[in-house]
Amino acid sequence: MCLAIPGQILSIEGDDPLTRTGKVSFGGVVKDVNLAYVPEAKVGDYVIVHVGFAISVVDEKEAQEVFEYLRQMEELGELQEQPT
Amino acid sequence: MRFIEEYRDADAAQRFADAIRKTVTRPWTVMEVCGGQTHAIMKFGIDELLPPQVTLLHGPGCPVCVTPVELIDKAVELASRPEVIFCSFGDMLRVPGTKGDLLSAKAAGGDVRMVYSPMDALQLALNNPDRQVVFFAVGFETTAPANAMAVYQAKRMGVKNFSILVSHVLVPPAIESILNAPNNRVQGFLAAGHVCTVMGYTEYEPIAKKYHVPIVVTGFEPVDILQGIYMCVKQLEEGRAEVENQYARSVRREGNRPAQELIREVFEVVPRKWRGIGEIPQSGLGLREPYREYDAERRFALATGSVEEASECISGLILQGAKKPTDCPAFGTRCTPEHPLGATMVSSEGACAAYFKYRRRS
Ligand code: SF4
Repeated sequence: MCLAIPGQILSIEGDDPLTRTGKVSFGGVVKDVNLAYVPEAKVGDYVIVHVGFAISVVDEKEAQEVFEYLRQMEELGELQEQPT
Repeated sequence: MRFIEEYRDADAAQRFADAIRKTVTRPWTVMEVCGGQTHAIMKFGIDELLPPQVTLLHGPGCPVCVTPVELIDKAVELASRPEVIFCSFGDMLRVPGTKGDLLSAKAAGGDVRMVYSPMDALQLALNNPDRQVVFFAVGFETTAPANAMAVYQAKRMGVKNFSILVSHVLVPPAIESILNAPNNRVQGFLAAGHVCTVMGYTEYEPIAKKYHVPIVVTGFEPVDILQGIYMCVKQLEEGRAEVENQYARSVRREGNRPAQELIREVFEVVPRKWRGIGEIPQSGLGLREPYREYDAERRFALATGSVEEASECISGLILQGAKKPTDCPAFGTRCTPEHPLGATMVSSEGACAAYFKYRRRS
């Protein structure tokens, strides 16, 4: 039910903040998405969409952090076998 | 697809699984709250990557599963009225009430329609001015902004033939209810990433402190879930109990402010009954007085009453993490997705359905 998926904004229409909508591409499948809750979103941004509403703009820098975290763990040796 | 595929990378997933194995020194029990995470854990076999010391319990985070029987009965009753077009998300259609489900109401002539968004239901109301359109507003905090918007717009446009049957539930009170249960075994939580995208995670900070449990806000892909478990287990091993955010690409500490504002405009916090669990104080949302005319229970003067659950189904215990689906004697025999006895077998996010789909062999 709380399934929400990332898609990229292709275009934005309307200037009423409550009904501003965007054409959002989910790997090529394009849907109309209400952008009322992401006033900062612009064309080209990725948004997380749930039941027709964008609920966040994906932070591209934070998106990389997961892999950065792995890299740091490796540097700290947390992934190496402990000598027993 | 970008922001999905990279988080399904088998190598990164394996490296987090290795990190968990190297970190853990004793048994820990962690609950993933959200049904979407339960589904992903079963689908990708994430539990099978974990060392034996780490036990995952599946939480109550499936709104379909916790919607009480009496509300399903009300939905069926409304759907059977000739003047009503009853709209619902697809996964509510097969949840059994005491007198059948919404699909059987449809088969008997009711106008039941599956919609993708509550705004589609509002559009149906605009297109059918001589009918009453009722939307089944089920969900956690993630879905509340959409439902709030549908009601807000209906009022703004003066739409008179639209209403919602509300069964909105909130995650933090459910977590507290689990922690307060005398048989609680949960030592750490993965909080639901999309609920926190809307609400932020400040509400969880006092809970982590009061009960001394780590809570890690976690995403939905395998690498996310494994990292979330790793962060949670690391806190447990170090004796810390903090709220951490694994899903920072979507979740900000304060959440989505415009969404919260509209939720607060339209809804207020009320007590709610959870199917299989019972009433939890301050655990749901109901329409505020200025929006009550959009409440289907009021518009159609539906009687309130409570209904007993089918006795054989142990979904209440499963939703609280006290039992696993395979502990249920009806699992996979008398209860299957084709003939569900309980809601946890209906929704793809229900633990019973996820086990049935991905774990029948074991
Ligand atoms: S297997 Fe069926 S009867 Fe048993 S707990 Fe799950 S939903 Fe209920």
